[in-house]
Amino acid sequence: MIKLTSVHKEYPRSGPALRDVSLHVRKGELVFLTGHSGAGKSTILRLVQMADFPTAGEVRVSGFSSKTVRPRDIPQLRRKLGVVFQDFRLLRDRTAEDNVAFALEVTGAKRAGIAQRVNRLLGQVGLSHKAQAFPDELSGGERQRVAVARALANDPFVLLADEPTGNLDEWAARGVFDLFKEINAMGMTVLMATHDLDLVRAHPEYRVVELSQGEIVYDSASTLEGQRSRAE
Amino acid sequence: MMPYAFREALTAFRRTPLLTMLSVVAIGFSLFVVGLFGLTAYNIRRAIEKVEEKVEVVGYLTDDALPEQILVATQEIRGLPEVAAVRPVSKIEAMANARETMEEFRDVSTDLESNPFPASLEVSLKPGSRTPTAVARVAKHLKAYPFVEDVRYGRDWLDKIYLIRQILGGAASIIGGAFALVAAIVIATAVRIAVFARREEISIMRLVGATDGFIRKPFLLEGLITGFVGGILSAVLTYVAFRVLDSTMFRIEWIPGRWVLGVVAAGTAFGFLSSAAAVRRHLRAV
Ligand SMILES: Nc1ncnc2c1ncn2[C@@H]1O[C@H](COP(=O)(O)OP(=O)(O)O)[C@@H](O)[C@H]1O
Ligand SMILES: [Mg+2]
Repeated sequence: MIKLTSVHKEYPRSGPALRDVSLHVRKGELVFLTGHSGAGKSTILRLVQMADFPTAGEVRVSGFSSKTVRPRDIPQLRRKLGVVFQDFRLLRDRTAEDNVAFALEVTGAKRAGIAQRVNRLLGQVGLSHKAQAFPDELSGGERQRVAVARALANDPFVLLADEPTGNLDEWAARGVFDLFKEINAMGMTVLMATHDLDLVRAHPEYRVVELSQGEIVYDSASTLEGQRSRAE
Repeated sequence: MMPYAFREALTAFRRTPLLTMLSVVAIGFSLFVVGLFGLTAYNIRRAIEKVEEKVEVVGYLTDDALPEQILVATQEIRGLPEVAAVRPVSKIEAMANARETMEEFRDVSTDLESNPFPASLEVSLKPGSRTPTAVARVAKHLKAYPFVEDVRYGRDWLDKIYLIRQILGGAASIIGGAFALVAAIVIATAVRIAVFARREEISIMRLVGATDGFIRKPFLLEGLITGFVGGILSAVLTYVAFRVLDSTMFRIEWIPGRWVLGVVAAGTAFGFLSSAAAVRRHLRAV
């Protein structure tokens, strides 16, 4: 699955972003990654995508290791990860369905199946009726659903979400998170960075990992004491 | 539905038509220079070939040359590797030829005593040996005989044509090279702008796991098409130049079809390689 072992990450001018982070996300889990702004949440998600690499320690994702991965393997890894962001990152000159189809086209999916698959994905996020709409014609919540549909297009084993509700009003946020819950209930692993504490508190059934200044200070799956003894 | 890369390449043309046109024109002009050189070189070559068929080295003999000496010399010269044939021309023949070709000699008497035309040996060369060096060697051989008074051949003329061809070739390389450099810069700029215009798309492609090869393909295809159209443009320009020259200045021949294909292929390859180099550099920055 996803395993970070004693990960340090330092950016050239801004000092350490992660210090000795060890985190194991198991198959089928839904994990909240919380912490103040600048705590290192996005950095962890970037390391998991291998868009960046640790200064020390190792990141393992589904058989790929940050220590041994070759640049030309990375596209293969990315196809196994679905990613959504706070700012949606949809292409404004394409309709909802074209945005979803894009992820399939550019990974060389067979043309024949694409339209059907896109239909099904939009259905899954409850947007079949907005397939022809451009992003500018959609609400924030709807845009994020399109982004989720795109993230799921290549059948990833995990959904990574970086503040997916950060730009949404509470209603829309709740709707999008309900979608995550559904997807998780069907067996998908979800790793979601968020600083929406109300959302986290409202769902005590899910694992919470809290970062502060680049360190894991709380993990509901293990005790704080457990964290400390492991570090020793 | 068109394949993705092709569709994207066409979109790029639509997004930046001016820049695309500029790329095409730059390639077209650089190859136009090459085409003009080809046209000139080809016609010079044809002219040389025609002249070369007539390349002869003529040794003029003194009036006291003995027939046996002339016979020996004829056989010796005939034995040289460059020589195709040696034809002895007597004083009488020489005068007859002159009277035939030149009006002013019509009235000259046939009196042998006052015949001003020397006897000669006309040496023609084998097809492969009609070069300035071969001609000079044969001339030297002829000159070595004491009864050979003077040797004539179109040496200066031949040298000049070769020189002109070389100068033209040099000039075409420099001008063509300069245009090619401009073309490469324009293409690199076009690629940079295209990459910039599509940086969001490219970052999403990376995000969902498109390979670098896939991301590059539309840019390479665009370069290929730009180069191909530029090559065609240069061929058309060259043809127009040919028609203009042919009808206003001198009759010349059109270059062989293979050369035209070569120019178009060169444009295509150039467009492709320029884009490949630029895309490599700029994609790294996205
Ligand atoms: N590309 C970068 N270059 C330099 N510093 C960075 C970069 N990305 C993040 N950082 C720094 O790393 C720390 C963690 O950032 P981030 O992971 O984005 O935090 P979060 O997502 O929890 O708000 C911050 O101090 C931030 O300034
Ligand atoms: Mg962040």
